[in-house]
Amino acid sequence: MAILIIAEHDNQSLKGATLNTVTAANCIGGELHVLVMGHHCQKAAEQAARVAGVAKVRVADAEHYEHALAENLAPLVVRVADEYTHLLAPATTAGKNLMPRVAALLDVAQVSEIVAVESADTFVRPIYAGNVLATVRSGDRVKVITVRGTGFEAAASQGGAAPIESIQPAARTNTSRFVSRQLTESARPELSAARRVISGGRGMGSAENFKLLEAIADKLGAAVGASRAAVDAGYVPNDYQVGQTGKVIAPELYIAVGISGAIQHLAGMKESKVIVAINKDEEAPIFQIADYGLVGDLFQVLPEFSHALDQLKPA
Amino acid sequence: MKVLVPVKRVVDANVKVRVKTDGSGVDIANVKLSINPFDEIAVEEAVRLKEAGVATEVVAVSCGVAGCQETLRTAMAIGADRGTLVETEAELQPLAVAKLLQALVARDKVKLVVLGKQAIDDDANQVGQMLAALLDWPQATFASKVAVAGDTATVVREIDGGLETLELKLPAVITVDLRLNTPRYATLPNIMKAKKKPLESLTPEALGVDVRPRLATLRMAEPPKRQAGIKVASAAELVDKLKNEAKVI
Repeated sequence: MAILIIAEHDNQSLKGATLNTVTAANCIGGELHVLVMGHHCQKAAEQAARVAGVAKVRVADAEHYEHALAENLAPLVVRVADEYTHLLAPATTAGKNLMPRVAALLDVAQVSEIVAVESADTFVRPIYAGNVLATVRSGDRVKVITVRGTGFEAAASQGGAAPIESIQPAARTNTSRFVSRQLTESARPELSAARRVISGGRGMGSAENFKLLEAIADKLGAAVGASRAAVDAGYVPNDYQVGQTGKVIAPELYIAVGISGAIQHLAGMKESKVIVAINKDEEAPIFQIADYGLVGDLFQVLPEFSHALDQLKPA
Repeated sequence: MKVLVPVKRVVDANVKVRVKTDGSGVDIANVKLSINPFDEIAVEEAVRLKEAGVATEVVAVSCGVAGCQETLRTAMAIGADRGTLVETEAELQPLAVAKLLQALVARDKVKLVVLGKQAIDDDANQVGQMLAALLDWPQATFASKVAVAGDTATVVREIDGGLETLELKLPAVITVDLRLNTPRYATLPNIMKAKKKPLESLTPEALGVDVRPRLATLRMAEPPKRQAGIKVASAAELVDKLKNEAKVI
């Protein structure tokens, strides 16, 4: 069996999500290849080659691959697909955008966001906002799969020494054009990968008030997240959203501040190792899944919490 | 320009579903069913395109059991001009739905398909992209802004790191995300009007599509429940527990 992993990268480096996908591939078993499609992406390819367990890296470098347009990438994946039994990609917005297009071109089903592998043809995936886990089996000749990062540990990023093979890019298509990107710049850890996250909800009241969370995030080395309500209200940009249709994360520590705990938000964080909830409404559903709940006014609690953290510093 | 809006009838977003005790499926008997929230946003966007003079007709389509007619009437109450029901009792998976839509796009000479990015029941997030592939049309997924001028759709997409803007040449497929718009409430007069709008019913066989599922669901289960937690009385106590008990700080 041979498995092709579509790398998530920004041409300069491999994204962490790729490592979780490598682990999922290892659970399936077989020879692992990584496909890097990009522009001036040699560095990303070299990082992929160092990942433990990868047998080969295949690189397609072309100007029209720079911005990962699905119309351009899909034909190349389809061209190499018959060499593989499984095609995997991380369930990031890039992977979710690309893989169904690949699956349909191959006339096969896609299994979205697997969280576990039972065998080479049987996978577990969340449905109904993660309230149900479905075990599904695919009879298709090639399995097209997206992998939810929180379901698998990251593979070691060092230890491998795979050969890197250049492959011919597929032809450029002309029905879509990349115009621009606006990415959130932050010195904080990336939300999907952070070990600690502090998230704000509607209760924060304003964009300005998110500074209270940022200050605590800095003390904890944490990322800042948000509920849908906070994003809709314009307090933070969309990429902060944690939830069923935002980011699904599972940090060691998740602190939910002023978040009521709707089903859809829980879907994005209920696998966190330790959950803390701070909310003035003691009936808020978030308290049902919190390991530690503090009923109180967040504007009083946050400064006290920050102060208590300061007291922790070693003398 | 004709716009096709696929709409799915799903368990209402506020319902917490339960798995049947034998693990064979989810218990949806007597559970409230509603239009998939993302598809409702898609209908609203298509109707706005019509109001802006960009779309000439908005056709809603739903695939599944007869009850999907309710979802089509909801779409028509928002402003879709007519509805198509592809009626079947069969389990429909995304690839099959994409093929049904492909057949309708050809039949109705549709130039733009706008649909929700995912259904909140299966959370698959596949139909739009699969349809675009089958039609060899460009796709823009997770749209938070759509502008159509002449033959071009300019779409702002929500991606993991922020926002991205793409330009697509029509015909195209756009899947919509939460923040694209806030759907209007269907007024009572519009609900009444919707009852009179045309609703046709077809079968997958009539469209020449094999809808057999490709994935077999072996079992369903609820994830392990979290242990109940405790309430703490103060921030100081919280920090103490996080450090000394949970050991996460």
